[in-house]
Amino acid sequence: MADAAATRAARPPVLRGRHDRDEITGRIGSIVLRGRLPRLFWPAFFVAFLFVLLFFFSIAWLISVGVGAYGINIPVAWGTMISNFVWWIGIGHAGTLISAVLLLLRQPWRASINRFAEAMTLFAVAMAGLFPILHLGRPWFFYWLLPLPNTHMHWPQWRSPLVWDFTAIATYATVSLLFWYMGLIPDLAILRDRARTRAGQLFYGILALGWRGSAFHWARFDRTYYLLAALATPLVVSVHSIVSLDFTFALIPGYHSTIFPPYFVAGALYSGFAMVLTIAIPLRRAFAVEDLITARHLDNAARVMIAAGMVVAYGYLSEAFFAWYSGDTYEQTTMWRRAFGPYAPLFWVMLACNVGVLQALWLRRVRFSPLALWIAAVLINLGMWLERYVIVVSGLANDFLPSSWGTQSLAWLDYGIFLGSLGTFFALVFLFIRILPAITIFEVEELADEKAGRA
Amino acid sequence: MSATVDDRTPAAPPRSAFARGPWRSLDELAGSEELRRFVETEFPAFHRRLAAGVDRRTLLKLMGASLALGGLAACTPAQEIVPYVRQPENVVPGRPLFYATALRSGAYGIGAVVESHEGRPTKVEGNPDHPSSLGATDAVMQAAVLELFDPERSRTPLKAGEPASWAAFLDHAHALRDELERTRGRGAAILLDPVASPTLERQLVALRAAWPLLRLYRHDPLAATGLAEATQAAFGRALAPLPRLDRADAIVSLDADFLAEGPGRLAHARVFADRRRVRGPRDGMSRLYAAESTPTLTGAAADHRLALRPSRVGALAAELAAAVETLTAVGRPEAGEGWIAAAAADLVAAGPAGLVLAGDHQPARVHRAALAINARLGALGRSLALIEPSDALAADGGLDALVAAIGVGEVTTLLVLGANPLHTAPADLDVAAAFGRLRELVHHGAYVDETGRRAHWHIPAAHELESWSDVRGHDGTASIVQPLIAPLHQGRTAHEVLAALAGDVTPDALALVRATWRDALDDPAWGEALRAGVVKGTAAAPVDIPAASVPSVGDGAPAPGEGEDIDIRFVPDPWLRDGRHANSALLQELPRPLTKLVWGNAVLVSPALAARLRAEPGQMLEIALDGRTIEAPVWIAPGHPDGTVTLTLGHGRAEAGAVARMAAGYDAFRLRGSAAPWIATGARLALREPVQRVLTTQHHQSMEGRDIVRHASLAGFREKPDFAHGSPPAPDDTLYPRWDYPHEAWGMVIDQTACIGCMACVSACQAENNIPTVGPDECERGREMHWLRVDRYYEGPPDAPDTHFQPVPCMHCEQAPCEVVCPVNATVHTHDGLNAQVYNRCIGTRYCSQNCPYKVRRFNFVEHQDFDAPGLEAAANNPNVSVRSRGVMEKCTYCVQRISAARIAAQIANREIADGEVVTACQQSCPARAITFGNLNDPASRVAAEKAAPHNYALLEELNTRPRTTYLARIVNPVGDDGKTEEGGHG
Repeated sequence: MADAAATRAARPPVLRGRHDRDEITGRIGSIVLRGRLPRLFWPAFFVAFLFVLLFFFSIAWLISVGVGAYGINIPVAWGTMISNFVWWIGIGHAGTLISAVLLLLRQPWRASINRFAEAMTLFAVAMAGLFPILHLGRPWFFYWLLPLPNTHMHWPQWRSPLVWDFTAIATYATVSLLFWYMGLIPDLAILRDRARTRAGQLFYGILALGWRGSAFHWARFDRTYYLLAALATPLVVSVHSIVSLDFTFALIPGYHSTIFPPYFVAGALYSGFAMVLTIAIPLRRAFAVEDLITARHLDNAARVMIAAGMVVAYGYLSEAFFAWYSGDTYEQTTMWRRAFGPYAPLFWVMLACNVGVLQALWLRRVRFSPLALWIAAVLINLGMWLERYVIVVSGLANDFLPSSWGTQSLAWLDYGIFLGSLGTFFALVFLFIRILPAITIFEVEELADEKAGRA
Repeated sequence: MSATVDDRTPAAPPRSAFARGPWRSLDELAGSEELRRFVETEFPAFHRRLAAGVDRRTLLKLMGASLALGGLAACTPAQEIVPYVRQPENVVPGRPLFYATALRSGAYGIGAVVESHEGRPTKVEGNPDHPSSLGATDAVMQAAVLELFDPERSRTPLKAGEPASWAAFLDHAHALRDELERTRGRGAAILLDPVASPTLERQLVALRAAWPLLRLYRHDPLAATGLAEATQAAFGRALAPLPRLDRADAIVSLDADFLAEGPGRLAHARVFADRRRVRGPRDGMSRLYAAESTPTLTGAAADHRLALRPSRVGALAAELAAAVETLTAVGRPEAGEGWIAAAAADLVAAGPAGLVLAGDHQPARVHRAALAINARLGALGRSLALIEPSDALAADGGLDALVAAIGVGEVTTLLVLGANPLHTAPADLDVAAAFGRLRELVHHGAYVDETGRRAHWHIPAAHELESWSDVRGHDGTASIVQPLIAPLHQGRTAHEVLAALAGDVTPDALALVRATWRDALDDPAWGEALRAGVVKGTAAAPVDIPAASVPSVGDGAPAPGEGEDIDIRFVPDPWLRDGRHANSALLQELPRPLTKLVWGNAVLVSPALAARLRAEPGQMLEIALDGRTIEAPVWIAPGHPDGTVTLTLGHGRAEAGAVARMAAGYDAFRLRGSAAPWIATGARLALREPVQRVLTTQHHQSMEGRDIVRHASLAGFREKPDFAHGSPPAPDDTLYPRWDYPHEAWGMVIDQTACIGCMACVSACQAENNIPTVGPDECERGREMHWLRVDRYYEGPPDAPDTHFQPVPCMHCEQAPCEVVCPVNATVHTHDGLNAQVYNRCIGTRYCSQNCPYKVRRFNFVEHQDFDAPGLEAAANNPNVSVRSRGVMEKCTYCVQRISAARIAAQIANREIADGEVVTACQQSCPARAITFGNLNDPASRVAAEKAAPHNYALLEELNTRPRTTYLARIVNPVGDDGKTEEGGHG
C-alpha cells in the first residue's frame, strides 16, 4: 500500500510550527488571565445566555404546569426529554473517549483537544442528567430513585433499568468530573503562578491544591491520571449500553432489540465527535490556535466519525433486516411505519444526515475543509437527535393494539427546553473558556518539547 | 291551615287600619307604606291576606307563630355546630347507604339504586327489580350524580332575568291562579316535556278539570308518531310494543335500534345477550337481521346487516312482508338469495318465535308492515306484546299547534315544564317569534337555557336525585322517585310548580306523590315500594289483539328516486339526547359507541360518498334542506348507507353552560323540519374548504390482521370449540418465581359475543373511580383518562364491515411488564393477584405505560383535580377512591375498593368472600352481562366457569404476560352456517 504510506506521509502534523513553553503558556494562559478574547466573545455569550434564561423559564413553566406542557400523551408517553437525554449522554462520550481511551492508547494528538472535550463531556452529562428529572411527572421526587433509607420506606426497584440508568449516569458524572479536575491541576498551578491579581492567585491557588510540580507530584499525577483513565474507559461502553437497556428491556416493538447496546455506543461516539468538531472548528479559528488544533485533529475526528457512523448505519440495516427476518408482525409494522408512517419525514431526514452526509467524509477534501466538516458535523448532530427521537416515539406510536395507535406532536416547551439546554451548554463552554484553560497547557508543552527534542 | 286563610282577592292595603278595627302594630296603625312593602317582600304569599284583615283565631295563631319564629330567629346567629355524638339512624360514617329510585330516560323511567355516603349521592347503579333496568344502567344514568352537582345548574328563580325568590314566584302564581280561576283557564297553556309520571298526570288532569279552557301541549323532540299512527289505524287506539326477545329465535330489525334506543333498551340488551350466550357446542343462538339507515349498535350486533337509505326502509318492509306472505302460503320455507329472502325464510321457520321490529322514527307504514308480518307469523302476543302506552296523557297537540294557537292569540300565558323548545323546535317553526308574543312565559327547567333566558319567570327544576316524583318504566311498571338529597339550590319539582299554580301555598312534592298513591298503596306498601324501587303489580297487561284486527301491509309507497338527492337521517346523540345533557363533561367526553367521537358531532357519511365528494375527515360540508343550510364537519362511517348523511341532534348549544361551550358541534335542529323530523329526503351537499377539528379517541380502526378480537360463526365454533386458541400455544416461561395466591386470585372474563358496545361500563368506571374529564384540548393531544375503553374494530369491506367491540380494562397480568420497569415500586403485585398502582409512590416516569402492551394506563399530565378550592363537582367523588394529583399514573384497579369492602365484611363475619360478592363497576352496569368477575381460586365461581369455556383466550397471549382479564371469542350466527345452506366457508 504505497498510497497509504504516501497518505500518511502527507498527513498534517499534530502541532504546526515550533513552540516553546513560554509562548504556549502565554497564549493559552492569557485567554484566562488577561481576558484576551475575540471581539464577538461576549456578544456570543449573551446570545447563549438568552437561551439560559429560556431554559430557566421553561423549567419553571414545566414545574408549575406539569409534564402536560410537553407534547407527550398516551400511547407515546416518552418524548423529547428522553431523546434529549440520550443525545446529550452520547455527546459526552467523545470527551471520555478522547481523554481516557486515547490516553491509554498513547495517542499524542489528543493533547490539544482533550481538555475542552472533557469539559464538553462534563457539561453534556450535566445537561443529560437534568432530562430524566425534567421528564418526571413529579420531578421534585427524583431522589426516590436513590437507595436512601428514609421514612417513606422507599427502596428502588432494582429490576428497573431506570435505576441502573440512574446509577450509571451518576457514576459517569462523578468519574468525568474527577478526571477533568485531575487533569486541570497542573494547569491551575501554572495559572496560579502567572496570575497577577490577588483574586486570581487565590482562586487558582485554592483550585491547584498546592501543586508544586515536583517529580513526586508528577509521578503521582501520572499514576492517578492513568488509573482514572482506566476507570473511565469501561464507562464509555457501559453508560450508553445501560441507557440503551431502558429501551431494550421494554417489550415494545422497536425497543426490544439486542443490537441496541453496541449500536447506542457507536451512535454516542459518532455524535460526540460531531459535537467536538462543532465546537473545535469555531474555537480554533476564533482564538487563532490553528497551529495547536490542527487539520490533523480534524482529520482524526472525522475518521473516528466514519468508523462510528458506519457502525450506526449497520445498526439501521440490521434493525430493518431483523424486523423482517423475525417474522414478527409487530416489529415489521413498526419498522414499516417508521419509514412510511406518521414519523416518516423525521426518519428520512435522520437517514440523510447520519448515513448520507457521513459518506462525504470519505473525501479528503471534505475532511480538510473546516467549513465543510463543520456543516457535516452539525447535520450529523441533528441527525443523531432525530435518531433518538424516532426510536423513542415510533415504536410507541403503533404498538400491539391498533386501537391505541396515536402520535405525539411537539409543544413549545419541547423546543424551549431543548434549545434552552443547548444555550446553557454553550454558555457553560463560554464560561469555561473564560475561566479555565481550554487547551491543556502542560500537555501541549510536553508535545512541543517532544517535537522540539526530535526535531 | 289554608282552610282558615282567607283566599279572597286582595283589596288594596288600607290607608288607615284604625278605621277598620284591630291593628297589629303602630306602623300598621299609621298605615305605613314600609310595613306594607316589608310584608310583601318577606311573606308575599300572605301579605294580601293579611292586608285583607283576619279573624281573631287566625290572629292568635299568627301571633303564636311569630313568637316562635322570633325565638328561632334569635338563635341563628350563634351558629353552633353539633358534634357527631348520636348518629342519625342507619347512617354509619364510611358505610354507604343505597336508595332505590328511578331516573328518567326520555318519557320513561329506568330503575336505579343510588349509593349515598353520609347523605351525599355518589354513584348510580341499576335496580335489579326494575323491569327496565334488570340491574343495569346506561352511560347517561351514570352521569346523573355529576349533573346533580353541576355548578352551572340553575340555582334561583329568575324574574325577567333578575334573581327572585320562590316566595315571589308563589305570589305571582297565586295572582295567576286567581285570574285563571276567573277565566276558567282561557289563554293559558302548559307545554310539557312528556313524562310518564302518574302524579304529573293526576295534577294535569285535575287542573284541566278545574280550568277547562287550559290547554296542554306536548313537545318531545325525540318522539316519533309512526307506531302510534299505525296502531291507531289498526286497532283503534295507540299501543306500545313490548318485544319479548327471550322468546324470539329470529329477529328482524327494520331500522330499529332496540339495543341502544328506547326506554326498554337495557332489558332488551339483557335478554338478547342471554339468548346468544354460547358456552359449548350444544348451545344455540337467536339470529338477528338488521336493516338500518345509519350505523347502530343493533346493526353491529346483527348476524346479517343491511345498510340502506332511510327512505327505502318502507319498500324493504313491504318486500319482506310479501316474501313472508309467499313463503307462508307455500308452507315450506326455502332460503333464497339476499337479505330479504334469508330473513323471510328464517322468520317463517321461526313462526311465533319470529319477531319484526320497526324503528320508532320510521313512518306508520313501516310499522304497519312490521305488525302485519308479526301477525302473520303468529308472533303477536308471543314474541311481541302490545301494551297501552304509559304516557298517554291526552294533549291538545304538539309544538306546532301551540305556535298556531299563540299566533291567533288563543294562548297568551305559557308554562313550559322541562322542555327547551327554543333549542329543540323544528327549524321551520318560529317559536322565538311566537314566544315573543306571549304576555307571560314561565319556564321550569334545570338550566337557564335558551327558553329560560327568554322567559318572564324561570323556576329552577330540582334534579331527579333531589325530587319526589314517580315515573313508569317501558312496560308500565311504576316507580317512586325519591330524593337522595335535599335540593342543593332552590330547585322545585314540576309537581310543586303545578301545585303552586293550583293554589297550594306550601307545595310539597312528597305529599303530592303520596296523594297519587294514597289509594293504591297503604303505608307499609308505600314503604315497600320505596325500598324496592318498583310499585308491585303496576306493569301494563298485554292487550289482547283480536285476530280480525290484524293489520294489512298496506299499499307500497312509491320508492324514492335514486338520483343525486341525499337522504338525511337525524339521530339523537346517544349521550346528550336532545341536548339536555350538553353541560355534562362526562358525557361530552364519553366516546360515541361507533364513531368514538368526543366533544362534538360530525355529519356521518359513507366511505363511497366521501370519496365522491372528495371529502377529508373534518372538512366542512354544507347541507341544504328546504332552503335551510347548516355546515358540519365530515366524518366517514364505515357501513353507512350510501346517499345518506346522518346528523346528530343535541350538539351546538350556545347557551348550555361552560362545558357545552368547550365542545365543538353543529346544531342539527337548525335543519330539521317539522314535517319529516327524522328522515328527510332531497338534501343537497356542498363541500367547503375549511377543516374543523373532530376529536376521536380511536384513530385506527383495523385490527391489521392481528388476532385481537377472535371470532367465528356458530357452526365454526361447534366444529372447533377451541378455535380461539393460537398455535403454537403461548409461552409460559418466566425468570422470576411464580406468585403464590393462598387466598383469592381475582380474574375477569369479558364475553365479546354479549358485548354490544354501549359504553355503559366506561361511564360507570368513570363515575365509580373519580376519573377526571380532561376537556377537548387534552383529548386532542391523546390524554383522555378512561381506565376502561371499548375498542371498536372494523373488518371487511368499508361499505359493509363487521363491527367488533372489545372492552379493554387493565389485564392485571400475572407477569406484568409494568411491574418490572417501575424504578420506585409504584406498581406492584398484590397478594390476590391485582396489579396495584400506588399513587403516592409514583414519580411519573411513565415507563409502566411504555411497557404496557395493552396501553391501559392513564397519566395525569396536568392537574385535573382542584385540591385547593374544590368545586361543587368534588361532592360527586367516591370517598373510597383516592383522587389523583398531577404527575402520577393511574389505571383500572378491578375496583379494589369494592374488593376491600367485601373482604372487610367477610373477615368480620369470619368467612370467605362469597362468589358474586365483589362486583366491579363495569360489570354491574353492563346491560348484557358481558363481564364476569370473581375469584379464580374458587373452582365453583362463575368466573372460573367462564374461564373454562372453550373459546376463552388471552389478548396478546404470545407476549407471555398471562393476563387475568381474558376474553370469550365472539360468536355470530349467520345463516348458511347451521348446515342448511352450507357453503363450507368456515373450514
